[in-house]
Amino acid sequence: MDIQQQFPKIYLYRRIVQAKLFIDSHYHEDIDLNNIAGEAYFSRFHFIRIFKLTYNKTPHQYLTSVRIDHARLLLKKAIPVNEVCYTVGFDSISSFSALFKKLSGYAPSVYQQTELKRQAEMLAAPQKFIPNCFAEQNGWLKK
Amino acid sequence: MITKLNHVSIFVLDQDSAYEFYVNTLGFKVHTDAAMGPGMRWLTVTPPEQPDLEISLMAITEGMMFKKEAAQTMRDLVAKGTFGFGVFECNDLLATYEELKAKGVEFTKAPTKEFYGFEALFKDDSGNWFSLGEKK
Repeated sequence: MDIQQQFPKIYLYRRIVQAKLFIDSHYHEDIDLNNIAGEAYFSRFHFIRIFKLTYNKTPHQYLTSVRIDHARLLLKKAIPVNEVCYTVGFDSISSFSALFKKLSGYAPSVYQQTELKRQAEMLAAPQKFIPNCFAEQNGWLKK
Repeated sequence: MITKLNHVSIFVLDQDSAYEFYVNTLGFKVHTDAAMGPGMRWLTVTPPEQPDLEISLMAITEGMMFKKEAAQTMRDLVAKGTFGFGVFECNDLLATYEELKAKGVEFTKAPTKEFYGFEALFKDDSGNWFSLGEKK
């Protein structure tokens, strides 16, 4: 049976998924969630309700989590914290730092130092990061 | 007493392509990406809500693990879709199905209500298949 016949409300999911994908690709812009709701053909209330039912986060919470995820990636590349903040779409260092700490457990600068140290260790002694059995099977122990 | 599984391997045809699929399409997180010498790389990813389960994306290359003939046999088997490596879970199967379809993931079974649960099947970029179920 065709999925549309089996699940008549699949169109709702498609609209919500399109909204999520829009956030995924425009997270760094000044996103107006009212516009997203409109583009998904929902009232703001229904959009937030169905989005949360689907992803366990409101659209705003989801946008924040996407921005923080991208911030983590940029911090690992040694990009300065203030530059990361604006690149991922925040307009205030203090709100970025507070949200980053809330979601990651560390201040952005502490997270960056920890990750850069880990990367340096991985470069110097990669065997430390691999279970011995895998390293042995691949012949990596003697390198 | 065994308490946990913390590493599991999936054999892939190409690690760069697997990185793209698991990280940028499925949304997994990179745990470790270490160069082990020319053409050798230890690459592990974790499901977004399971940071302590490292999935090693193992390249099938000729070396200590596979002799030349065995490597080719393994590559052929993976590409033919011989191996099913497990069951992934999501909060909402229909939404996840629609999202992954929109991203070009190949499903061999659309979401279907079965007596054991709500399930779909998809393939990774190498040909390995997985069941995708909804959190109960």
